[in-house]
Amino acid sequence: MTVATIEAVSTALARGRGGGGPAPTRIVVAYGFWIFLLSDFVLFSGLFAAYAVLSDQTAGGPSGPELFNLRSVFIETMCLLFSSYTCGLGALSAERRQPGRFLIFAAFTFVLGAAFLFIEGTEFAAMVRKGAGPSRSAFLSAFFTLVGTHGAHVTSGLIWLAYMVAQVVAKGLRPRVLRRLLCFSLFWHALDIIWIGVLTLVYLMGAR
Amino acid sequence: MLGRLSWAAIPFNEPFPIISGAIVLIVILAVLGIITVKGWWPYLWREWITSVDHKRIGIMYLTLGLVMLMRGYADAIMMRTQQAMAIGNAQGYLPPGHYDQIFSAHGTIMIFFVAMPLVIGLMNFVVPLQLGVRDVAFPVLNSVSFWLTASGALLVNTSLVIGNFARTGWMAYPPLSELPFSPDVGVDYYLWSLQISGIGTLLTGVNFVTTILKLRAPGMTYFRMPVFCWTALATNMLVVAAFPILTATFAMLLLDRYLGMHFFTNDRGGNQMMYVNLFWAWGHPEVYILILPAFGVFSEVVATFSGRGLFSYRSMVLATLGICVLSFMVWLHHFFTMGAGANVNAFFGIMSAIIAVPTGVKIFNWLFTLFRGRIVFRTPILFSVGFMVTFVIGGMTGVLLAVPPVDFVLHNSVFLVAHFHNVIIGGVLFGVLAGYNYWFPKAFGFTLDDRFGKASFWCWIIGFYLAFMPLYVLGMMGMTRRLEHIADPGWRPLLMIAEIGAVFIFLAILCQIAQLYVSIRTREVRRDRTGDPWNGRTLEWSTPSPPPAYNFAVMPRVETIDAFAEMKRRGMPPLEQAYEAIEMPRNSATGFITAFFAVITGFALIWHIWWIVILGLLAATATLMVFGWSETREHEIPAGEIARMERARLGLGWPG
Repeated sequence: MTVATIEAVSTALARGRGGGGPAPTRIVVAYGFWIFLLSDFVLFSGLFAAYAVLSDQTAGGPSGPELFNLRSVFIETMCLLFSSYTCGLGALSAERRQPGRFLIFAAFTFVLGAAFLFIEGTEFAAMVRKGAGPSRSAFLSAFFTLVGTHGAHVTSGLIWLAYMVAQVVAKGLRPRVLRRLLCFSLFWHALDIIWIGVLTLVYLMGAR
Repeated sequence: MLGRLSWAAIPFNEPFPIISGAIVLIVILAVLGIITVKGWWPYLWREWITSVDHKRIGIMYLTLGLVMLMRGYADAIMMRTQQAMAIGNAQGYLPPGHYDQIFSAHGTIMIFFVAMPLVIGLMNFVVPLQLGVRDVAFPVLNSVSFWLTASGALLVNTSLVIGNFARTGWMAYPPLSELPFSPDVGVDYYLWSLQISGIGTLLTGVNFVTTILKLRAPGMTYFRMPVFCWTALATNMLVVAAFPILTATFAMLLLDRYLGMHFFTNDRGGNQMMYVNLFWAWGHPEVYILILPAFGVFSEVVATFSGRGLFSYRSMVLATLGICVLSFMVWLHHFFTMGAGANVNAFFGIMSAIIAVPTGVKIFNWLFTLFRGRIVFRTPILFSVGFMVTFVIGGMTGVLLAVPPVDFVLHNSVFLVAHFHNVIIGGVLFGVLAGYNYWFPKAFGFTLDDRFGKASFWCWIIGFYLAFMPLYVLGMMGMTRRLEHIADPGWRPLLMIAEIGAVFIFLAILCQIAQLYVSIRTREVRRDRTGDPWNGRTLEWSTPSPPPAYNFAVMPRVETIDAFAEMKRRGMPPLEQAYEAIEMPRNSATGFITAFFAVITGFALIWHIWWIVILGLLAATATLMVFGWSETREHEIPAGEIARMERARLGLGWPG
């Protein structure tokens, strides 16, 4: 083996043990943002715990089975899951430096996300009209806060997406923009993970 | 137009807040006036306020923490004095409503705006230097974190003169903290200032976990990291895992208070014990967030001042990580009296006692490092030895409280107060002060005066024992915490001793100020020209004091633990090196502007001034968007410039 090979092998080993020096910016940014998303998961875990504790505390008011409409929840879920799919396709086209395709997929993502929010909004409005608003009972406080916090995340995701589209149009797919897009898609997929938790704990377990 | 805010919010009829508020205001105006007259604003703006240099941010964190320590101490001496006076027929000098605000503010300030900024400040200053890198992973975010913490501190202090602070204790347990029982702005000040500073702390956690795991000098594998970096990693992992729980909990309480929800209310199914559980699910990791960096400081100090490597580095690391994990499994010991049942209590009692094992491992490691070491008795090692003695006592009373039947007797007594001051003063504060004395020359280029440092140490330790040992006894005698009036005159002697202890702590703070003053006056004779005043072992001592903005002109290569000690053993690298251009982050006003809007939005939320809330949120979003659009966040220092600076430092003169 030549000296250069030995050096290359030992560098590779050192990287494996985390000794290869500072990681490239793309790795650092994505990793840092992923840690931030983990903290967001912890925040949601607090809200999930509160919901689990309070879900029976209807204080004589309406309970889950009386309020939840699994059909529209199914449509909501499909909207969100497909928006993640188009988001993933958009990320792939961005990586391949295809801004046109990226913009199409971003538009799909935006529309599906907005549809999700619209359905959620109408559900919330109908519940409030029925007198089942967040101050009716501890159960409804926990419900609106958990589901509403997820909805607030989706809303900020939509604003972020529009902002990223503006960046792509104005600047093109340069490395810095790609890093920001990477963070956005991590965020958008993370919202799916949260939603699966909401769907299971709130709707599927609560509609019976 | 101004929500709940009116002239009635300023307590003109209460002398204490008005006088102290006026004094603080005069001091602030005087400082601002001096800065304006001397024309220091451009310098401050350029070099500090918009700086994203981790060293500058660390120093600002430490300054914030030390200033807020004065405020927290002022609250402490007022409480001690009230308890020493208001015995039997005497009523003391503080009305109950005011006394309640003081103990609430004391706890809140000491945890969130003294201890947290101090440990985060040390980590900011030290960790990148020890890792052999040029900054943290996200330098602008770091500045945002600091300014958000400062915003929270500003809001808490605002409550002194505009409105009032919470009267609920620093945990703000419902239902007392709910709207029907705390209708005024006190609890809102508490909640919003902690939400704002909490975001800052969370971002620090994200930043440092990423920095430590992804940015290290070539060759610095995990098991070559200095112990302080390990403790910083553990602490920041705890921050990431624990602070969002607090944010969620406070958000629920805010929803109860602002939107009439029923998370923790008495009616419609609310559950107060859920708040207590969630609060301590954050709160117990929080005490390890504070103590672990202090453990890291002691590890560095003990090794350096014993002139040898740390005994059993690996067990130290494993103990740190063990504590990190266990700290999430003990929260219920803060409220054994909840009535969770014998089995649940037994589980949490046993888990709490088990934490003493890794902590004991650490104590033995430090002792074995000292054993047969060539100990140099400077101020940092005094604080370290004082810590070991004091912390063991605090740890043992903690194990005592971890026994549920004992806790049923001592719950909410001043025995508990004595216990946690024992571990926080004897652990966190001594650690921070050891670190302050240890790294000060690195930060400013001259050492601190040792005589005043030692005097301050002795006053601290004597003051601590006098102030808190009596509380252990009083707790056993049945004295509960937060008493505004003491009915039993038999407690007077012990309360007087505690008061004397508080005075000793005042002397300790005076010694500290004198130490700083004397050291600055005599800085020319105490210059640290080598960059290595203590014969240090880790990479920060391989840089000049103070280090240049880029820390390392050439990235160090690490081959062992205690990398710098090993470099010195093998002989230093040649003075003249091949320099390359360095990319450094540019200054950014993002942190300061974000904090500006955070303060305004927080204040408006507290006083229900909705139009300002909307404007503030829009402005904050706009700030974020402007930052998110920016392209030129770095600037390059050319190789020639670095060579010139390095030559000037090494006294090599000009080339050619």
